[in-house]
Amino acid sequence: MGSKLRGLARWTVAPAKDVDTAVTPKVNVLRGLAARATTPLLPDDYLKLLNPLWSARELRGVVVHVQPETEDSATVQIKPGWGFSGDYRPGQYVGIGLRIDGRWHWRSYSLTSVPQRDEKLISITVKATPEGFLSDHLVNGVEPGTVVRLAAPKGDFALPDPPPPKLLFVTAGSGVTPVMAMLRTLQKRGQQPDVVHIHSARSADEVIFHDELRDLEGSQPGYRLHLQLTTEMGKFDFAGLDDVVQDWKERSAWACGPPAMLDSAEKVWADAGLPDELHMERFTIARTDKGGEGGTVTFALSDKSIELDGATSLLEAGEKLGIQMPFGCRMGICQSCVLPLESGHVRDFRSGTEHGEGERIQTCISAASGDCTLKI
Amino acid sequence: MAITDIKQYTHLTQEDVEQLGRELDAIRADIEESRGESDARYVRRAIQLQRGLAAGGRIALFASKNKFAWVAGTAMLAVAKIVENMELGHNITHGQWDWMNDPEIHSTEWEWDSTCPSVQWKRSHNFIHHKYTNIVGMDDDVGYGIMRVTRDEPWKRWMLGNPIYNLLLGTFFQWGVALHHLESAKIRKKQKTWAEARKDLRVIGKKVAKQAGKDYIVFPALTGPNWKHTFRANMVANLIRNYWAYMVIFCGHFPDGAEKFTPEEFENETDAEWYLRQMLGSANFHAGPLMAFMSGNLCYQIEHHLFPDLPSNRYAEISKRVQALCDKYDLPYTTGSLGRQYWQSFWTILKLALPDKLLRATADDAPETNSELKFRIRDGLRESFGADPATGKRRGLRTALRELKTGDLART
Repeated sequence: MGSKLRGLARWTVAPAKDVDTAVTPKVNVLRGLAARATTPLLPDDYLKLLNPLWSARELRGVVVHVQPETEDSATVQIKPGWGFSGDYRPGQYVGIGLRIDGRWHWRSYSLTSVPQRDEKLISITVKATPEGFLSDHLVNGVEPGTVVRLAAPKGDFALPDPPPPKLLFVTAGSGVTPVMAMLRTLQKRGQQPDVVHIHSARSADEVIFHDELRDLEGSQPGYRLHLQLTTEMGKFDFAGLDDVVQDWKERSAWACGPPAMLDSAEKVWADAGLPDELHMERFTIARTDKGGEGGTVTFALSDKSIELDGATSLLEAGEKLGIQMPFGCRMGICQSCVLPLESGHVRDFRSGTEHGEGERIQTCISAASGDCTLKI
Repeated sequence: MAITDIKQYTHLTQEDVEQLGRELDAIRADIEESRGESDARYVRRAIQLQRGLAAGGRIALFASKNKFAWVAGTAMLAVAKIVENMELGHNITHGQWDWMNDPEIHSTEWEWDSTCPSVQWKRSHNFIHHKYTNIVGMDDDVGYGIMRVTRDEPWKRWMLGNPIYNLLLGTFFQWGVALHHLESAKIRKKQKTWAEARKDLRVIGKKVAKQAGKDYIVFPALTGPNWKHTFRANMVANLIRNYWAYMVIFCGHFPDGAEKFTPEEFENETDAEWYLRQMLGSANFHAGPLMAFMSGNLCYQIEHHLFPDLPSNRYAEISKRVQALCDKYDLPYTTGSLGRQYWQSFWTILKLALPDKLLRATADDAPETNSELKFRIRDGLRESFGADPATGKRRGLRTALRELKTGDLART
């Protein structure tokens, strides 16, 4: 009897078993039942026509508010739709997809919101960069009411609860964003560990969250801010770390910023024999860039990788490694070989188009354009 | 015996064919570069319309006892099924909308409202049919393994049933599509084992259960005392979709002028020759915007076969450029009214039920299949082609076909 019931429950939930749920997976029993009438679609596919947020097939949200922070940065507040769990940790990032001229573009940004405080709204703070096509749109072009795609929050750069008693934050530019989420969470929880925060920006005007950081200095007894304004003071020199924070070796360190800064920090902590005390978040994968000149291709699920030139298709490469690659026509017309690109870039050697992280690519006509990872 | 030397058949040189290939590549590049928000909006609206119609039809059928509600509900449902299968399912699984990078409108994710599982369809249709188009013995869509549609295939006694198989296929089209992947011809020739076929059947069975469950159990049950009316309405809607889809597919592939090819032609084929084979192997039919939409833009079958993964809403514009190329290279562009194209297809099926000795034409010179030998019947005539000495205009396949028909060729 029990096993029959379990079988029935499994059957009921089957069409919806992979759908994300925000509160309880039991919702999917209902969704699965309704899907017997909407198959091959989910009820969500119809309901989202009434309200774009009423779908959990793909996580989505709607932009509620865009708040400028500095000249070239803004905080985008988003109301997530069905299935988005507000159960993220401070410091984690979220994938955002934005539709520009018919195409969806994906990037990841650190969440700057605090789960309990912000009443189910999430926010990201974005700095527009000249080469950052999407960030520029988010800062300067996105209207309230715009529907965006979301990916569930993730990342290991997340403050534990309870926090370590002594912390050191090293940030630069928009690298302050995940740390801001941590600082806000500490404040919200009423936790007051001993925090030293070294933050670099070109000038006071360019410090994202400038006023809030100054306020924290006044209101949070354990918080000390060292602001490095690089136009007048030059880049922060890790050789002088002892002068700014004498006991840095006793602190749990969290660093986020441009690759050069992170590389220096990594070396300092490694030389001190404390590599495990330094947590880092790298925003940008150094892009070896445009031209499909080859690179190291990693097949994530198979745990294999291969060095490739710019002319070999990813399909051939995978097959050479003995991976069961899906294949079909081998000429780019049948879509049987399409796989998700987890990271990096590939080039479609039929059209020359470059594809990036989060896109699905035809492996039979794609070559590596720098290092990249396929999900197979 | 079907076309083996496509260059000879089309009266084109290697250089001509490569140039034609480059011009078709240029069309592809132009469309790819200009895809944008208006195309994306087109497919989003098509999806909204389709789901609205499906929901509307289902809701109307809750009152299926009422005649008006029954007719309205059935009509909406039938249109929804047609749009889903043709403009959405077929085209999305071709990857026509993959460029949008939208995970919900993507060839890897879309499961269509048909008893045929998308994953099998991508293999048997997108790969086998679109790569080996009209190569007798390689493309299962040449008669689907159950009919004789070209005299390149030797006659067998069971083919006497041709018109009946045709009628059955039209009636049960979605089931035919579902079983497409089984490759019945291969099973018959013992190139595929029953064990392999059973594996495919299991996947099909699962999808069939869901699809049939929805139309014939869930919705009739939901409408309670009206269940019989709803059941019948759903059946009629499925039938309408079946006949229409069948009609569109047949008019794209079996009218006169949709040429067949031999495996030898494929063996040393270049990319440009592949294009040429697609152009010669398909047929269009005339359609206004509404009919084009309802056919999933497969009234532009030639354009679809040239560029199976370009967005369907652009086929109309592509067709103008393809016709211009046909003029330039003096190639036939096979098209006609829906009625004419269907009649030709039907007549071929009817005729080919008979053994070859009762047929007049040979496989080199028949309405449904030709070969380069067609022009060799009278020695040396091919040499008279090339540029017309008087006007400088290219005299190619189209002129040759016309002159053969009118008898001018014999006189020159």
